[in-house]
Amino acid sequence: MGFLEELKALLPGRVLTGEAELAPYESDALTAYRKRPLAVALPERKEEVLGVVRLCHRYGVPFVARGSGTSLSGGSLPVEGGVVIALNRMNRILRLDPKARIAVVEPGVVNLKVSQEAAPFGLYYAPDPSSQPISTLGGNVAFNSGGAHCLKYGMTANHVLGLEVVTPTGEVVRLGGESLEGVGPDLHGFFVGTEGLLGVAVEITLRLLPRPEAYHTVLAAYPSLEAAGEAVSRVIRAGLLPGAMEIMDRLSIEAAEKAVRAGYPPVEGLLIVELEGPKEEVAEEAQVLEGVLRESGALELRVARDEAERQAIWKGRKAAFSAVGRLSPDYLVQDGVVPRSRLGEALREIQRLSREYGLRVANVFHAGDGNLHPLVLYDGKKPGELERAEALAGEILRLCVRLGGSLTGEHGIGVEKKGYMPEMFSPEDLLAMEEVKRALDPKGLANRGKVLPEVVRAGA
Amino acid sequence: MPALRPENLEEVREAVRAYPRLRARGGGTKPALSTPREGEALLDLSRLRGLLAYEPEEFVFTAFAGTPVAEVEEALRAHGQYLPFHPPLAGKGATLGGTVAAGLSGPLRHRFGGLRDFLLGVRFVDGEGRVVRGGGKVVKNAAGFPFHRLMVGSLGAFGVMVELSFKVFPRPRTTRTLRVRRENLEEALADLERLRLLPLDLLALDLVPPATLELRLGGFERSVEARLKRLQDLLGEGEVLAEDEAHWEAVRDLGFLEGSPIWVKVPAKPHLIPELEGLPLGPRRYLDGGEVLYAGATEEGLKALKEAGLPHLVLRGAETPLFPEPQGAFFAGVKKALDPKGRFPLG
Ligand SMILES: Cc1cc2nc3c(=O)[nH]c(=O)nc-3n(C[C@H](O)[C@H](O)[C@@H](O)COP(=O)(O)OP(=O)(O)OC[C@H]3O[C@@H](n4cnc5c(N)ncnc54)[C@H](O)[C@@H]3O)c2cc1C
Ligand SMILES: Cc1cc2nc3c(=O)[nH]c(=O)nc-3n(C[C@H](O)[C@H](O)[C@H](O)COP(=O)(O)OP(=O)(O)OC[C@H]3O[C@@H](n4cnc5c(N)ncnc54)[C@H](O)[C@@H]3O)c2cc1C
Repeated sequence: MGFLEELKALLPGRVLTGEAELAPYESDALTAYRKRPLAVALPERKEEVLGVVRLCHRYGVPFVARGSGTSLSGGSLPVEGGVVIALNRMNRILRLDPKARIAVVEPGVVNLKVSQEAAPFGLYYAPDPSSQPISTLGGNVAFNSGGAHCLKYGMTANHVLGLEVVTPTGEVVRLGGESLEGVGPDLHGFFVGTEGLLGVAVEITLRLLPRPEAYHTVLAAYPSLEAAGEAVSRVIRAGLLPGAMEIMDRLSIEAAEKAVRAGYPPVEGLLIVELEGPKEEVAEEAQVLEGVLRESGALELRVARDEAERQAIWKGRKAAFSAVGRLSPDYLVQDGVVPRSRLGEALREIQRLSREYGLRVANVFHAGDGNLHPLVLYDGKKPGELERAEALAGEILRLCVRLGGSLTGEHGIGVEKKGYMPEMFSPEDLLAMEEVKRALDPKGLANRGKVLPEVVRAGA
Repeated sequence: MPALRPENLEEVREAVRAYPRLRARGGGTKPALSTPREGEALLDLSRLRGLLAYEPEEFVFTAFAGTPVAEVEEALRAHGQYLPFHPPLAGKGATLGGTVAAGLSGPLRHRFGGLRDFLLGVRFVDGEGRVVRGGGKVVKNAAGFPFHRLMVGSLGAFGVMVELSFKVFPRPRTTRTLRVRRENLEEALADLERLRLLPLDLLALDLVPPATLELRLGGFERSVEARLKRLQDLLGEGEVLAEDEAHWEAVRDLGFLEGSPIWVKVPAKPHLIPELEGLPLGPRRYLDGGEVLYAGATEEGLKALKEAGLPHLVLRGAETPLFPEPQGAFFAGVKKALDPKGRFPLG
């Protein structure tokens, strides 16, 4: 028996190899990249994942774990001739223990489902990427996904207490536990964000938090992006710690309006600030916030009076990415981070680059974190336009690193940004990553070709 | 063995290359972890100190690993900020590096999370003498392997930390503490479990056996008063500590363990508390709603913890500080990659 026969024997009826069957797995949400896998395996239990990985290891076949394929950096792009391990069928919440405030889930569970199941107990799962209704916890763990609430609540890594992982050589290891505090190296924390290069997460233990008692959500309209950005600094200087601070520019506002009619005013910059906590504390903070925003030159302030109005304010923001898709046949989402005080400089430079390259750039971003999401609009049917968009995106990445930030705040390096890793990391940093990868995956099978640039070994 | 006292990164590299086995020490507040064993050179990092960068508006600072926590906190306080995970033993001279390597958080971890939630980046010298950076200096970052998180609780197994970056938050303007006593452990646990599910944003929630709960509130003056009232309606009048700073500083310096020969940290969970209470342990306190226990012990207590299969870390007073020692392919692989010659503790 050869590899494929053995694979099919392992997962009877759950190995896809036909042209049409493979097509949906050829790319993730970064559709500019496509690769045809050898096969797609659909395990339903962790023992089956283990079986597939062991088989791959024995035959030296590369594999890519895949959740919902919403990665924006080509993270779940197949490896040519390799296997896609699609985990959507492993979508059970194995245990939800409100007293312990934890949920133990399979990797294919969709993020939003955890909060839905926890809601009756007054609990929720804090990390909320905009892809929350579709992305999986396995994907969130691999990418250390974020969302609008990272400044206050941290990213996925902060909410993962334990993991069961199948290593690339086919061993099962348990990392972490169920308690918020552990002893010994934080190996589960280290696994989060390694983009599937160090193994496949087959079981994930998450911490749950009590749902905030009260929210206070304000939409502030500004005549310039600069004024919106300055308002963010004022809020921080006032000693407030909002749950979220998001900014949208005119292009994103227009797109969101066309798509979901959130009722946003047509201005140059919109700021959404959300306070959350016990009702008495939120009430006090809201007064301070109102004072700060009034003095910040806002053209209009809109305070949500109830949950419906709050959802209306968030609706446009949450739809922004997909809405921008309507303005242009294609777009690249960037995800760079800069220190908050350099946001203005970064945005000015992005606008300059946008003019220089002749491509429109829409900005919608997590202002409280300095996490930019410039959307570079292009038309893939026009010869050379994708290349120009990529070059512009690259300039933006370099800019973020130059300003003391990061290549990615939440979307990962994937294939898309690996070429820029040497901008941010020294050869020794990259070599250390290589060494860890090699020690755990000597054959280089797990998500081969992602994150680590090819030049490392050559240059080292 | 001589004690090495590097003052900069280059001297740390030289030390690592020169000695086959090393053990780092920051402030020496956790002697079980920092006392050199047979054949180990002592790498005293107390001269590698000082704040490298701190911009209050960014909520971020970077400092040398040997910087005393107290020194950092003074600088933060001047700008109305603090380290919400409340590193223990700050009053005793704990350094940033030692806090990270030991993986310790104090009572205020309850509100916003522990050390692992606030560490943003690291620069360390690995077992080959290479300088490696993980993470960054911004509050959000997902680029590359997160070596900084690997350092939390590592006991120095993967390298000598030289530089660390942390996230900080605005300090609560006012705080109050409510202390309520219950008839017995069962009743105290019932209240603890109830409080854990409520959206009260408590700064701290501790259980002091046999049956006392201590709750700390923070925020705007008026809101704190109103919420204190709400808590009293829920739990009964209790005792209110208005000037509570000194009390919690003593707790975070683990003052209640003074006099115990062995100091131990045990990861817990409310449902584990009855079992832990059945063990022969000395003075103790459960922090963070029962998620972690700091206890005084004798050899007998340590033996009981081991026999019950409960993982723990000894800060003071025992030869082998960590139970169980890390094992498995994942740890072994990472250790082999970063410390192939086995210069550092563990594995
Ligand atoms: C958080 C934050 C902090 C800031 N801090 C500072 C600061 O400290 N100092 C400072 O000087 N500025 C700061 N700024 C603002 C920054 O300087 C602005 O982006 C500025 O460059 C634009 O000026 P404007 O407000 O007049 O924007 P506008 O001219 O109103 O332009 C805004 C929008 O118009 C569109 N646009 C304009 N021209 C073009 C073009 N040629 N091609 C494509 N699209 C175009 C874009 O969609 C853009 O988003 C900050 C902004 C933010 C969000
Ligand atoms: C409209 C839109 C909005 C988005 N908004 C956000 C946002 O706000 N914040 C944010 O952080 N991201 C966002 N994303 C990006 C994306 O949703 C996240 O990266 C998400 O975590 C990916 O989950 P997934 O299940 O789709 O994973 P996939 O795309 O299938 O996989 C992502 C990576 O994870 C690996 N992987 C998957 N499962 C496992 C596993 N069990 N074990 C090991 N590795 C695994 C894959 O190999 C791949 O490298 C957005 C994407 C879209 C399309």
